[in-house]
Amino acid sequence: MPAEAWIIGAAMTRFGRYPDLDVIDLAAEATLGALADADASIQDIQMMAVGCLSEAPNMLGQRLAKQIGQTGIPIYNVANACATGATAMRTALMAIKAGEADMALAVGAEQMGKMGLLGNAGRSRPKPAGFTPSGRYGSVMPVEGIIGTQLMPGVFAQVGMEYANDHDGVGFEQFAKVAEKNHAHSALNPLAQYQKPFSLEEVMAAEMVAYPNTLLMCCPTGDGAAGVVLCSDSKLATLDPDVRHRAVKISASVLTSDPYTPSEMADFDVSTLTRQAAALAYEQAGVAPADLDLVELHDCFATAELVHYDNLQLCEPGGAGEFIDRRGPWRDGSTPVNVSGGLLSKGHPIGATGVANVYEVATHLRGEAGDRQIEGARVGLTHVIGLGSACAVHILEKAAS
Amino acid sequence: MTMTEAATRGRRIPAVGYLVIDQGDPYLVAQECSSCQAMFFDRRNACARCGGLDFAPKPLGRTGVIRSFTVVRRAAPGVTVPYVSATVALDGGGMVKANLVGIEADPANIQLGGRVKLTTFVAGTDEEGTEAVAFGFTPA
Ligand SMILES: [Zn+2]
Repeated sequence: MPAEAWIIGAAMTRFGRYPDLDVIDLAAEATLGALADADASIQDIQMMAVGCLSEAPNMLGQRLAKQIGQTGIPIYNVANACATGATAMRTALMAIKAGEADMALAVGAEQMGKMGLLGNAGRSRPKPAGFTPSGRYGSVMPVEGIIGTQLMPGVFAQVGMEYANDHDGVGFEQFAKVAEKNHAHSALNPLAQYQKPFSLEEVMAAEMVAYPNTLLMCCPTGDGAAGVVLCSDSKLATLDPDVRHRAVKISASVLTSDPYTPSEMADFDVSTLTRQAAALAYEQAGVAPADLDLVELHDCFATAELVHYDNLQLCEPGGAGEFIDRRGPWRDGSTPVNVSGGLLSKGHPIGATGVANVYEVATHLRGEAGDRQIEGARVGLTHVIGLGSACAVHILEKAAS
Repeated sequence: MTMTEAATRGRRIPAVGYLVIDQGDPYLVAQECSSCQAMFFDRRNACARCGGLDFAPKPLGRTGVIRSFTVVRRAAPGVTVPYVSATVALDGGGMVKANLVGIEADPANIQLGGRVKLTTFVAGTDEEGTEAVAFGFTPA
């Protein structure tokens, strides 16, 4: 077994829109918050991994250090689509496990503004001068919307509809119930971008983006940051009892990429790599799905969350529709899922997400989640997926005090 | 008018390289790994399944069933909405994503598991008059 690693500090900004701040401000707030929470200073940190999809090529980690403390430590700027934050977390963890650092920072941050659902794929099309096949598909023109859709809302809508094709009892209403739940959960989370509950009828009647996902079933864009301070087992033993008492154990950390599957000929397969990551994580942690007290999973769209119930073994195989119908993933259900409000309502500043869900689970395990606390939580799981694809799963446990 | 312009005027060209339109009925063609038979639509460096280096063109079936679909109502600028994007499992093997055409873009009209057949349509014309031919599926 590898040496154990611990989370001793965690913080996040409220997710939302911060037009008067820059991404360094957001990252600094989360990082300084995590250091204060760990009763540590930047001088104690021997390595830092900073995830930001838009600013990783622009040395965000070093620009952050220039604001909060330039100590000359190695800084890794990481990007891995929507798994960027979790990849930063895992990069810091690997440095600790490798013995290169006994205390490290993982930070995720993003400032997206109001870029809209479609991101940079929504470019306008110039009139073609002459058709010439180009690219790996020999395309003579942009074919988005002409030969299927490759944009996120449609891709994840089709992920859900494929599950509906393969399993009974799954349809528009089941997907909508996922969003009803996450919006309801977010009303208890002061850090969520939106904190407003919506009825199932309101979710289903909202503007249709890509059937079966309405606007209330798609995550918003937004700004925010999260940070965690990690330390080694041996370092933990030297720390103040108040810090040790609140430490959260990292029982599993897994990152997968998408293995070859025949369906990739047509579309991304977001399930196989998630299933593999989950199976590995449960094995690493010696934890069964039934042991989980809460799960924060990657609900970029309501359709995605439903499919991940099955991928993460939170329901019977094929039983994701029945699971949401019986309110299993509600905060008072058998396995609470996305009690933070999830990406759908807490928000999804891309680089921040994979650290923010670690913050969320750790905060519950410490018994410090306030109104949204899952009472007695001892074991939790976080999951993110970046389309393309990367999947990260972490299992966290309350210290056996 | 140059020789080249004259030669291209009135020409038709597939919108993507894996659509064949000049060999009778249009069909899709995959690159099939000679070692493990994995199929791909894109230009390959090696096989993603087995690492094999040799590929042969494999014509695919013109009919299949709908595995998944979405009705897109918010799209990139210049794309007409609503439209239906679907994944089709082709008879004889292979899977492809394309639009369902010739039907109303209403989920009530589309059946998961429903049978469809390949069709083609002109997706655009360039300044030289060459037509780009794309493919989609219609109910069979
Ligand atoms: Zn092969």
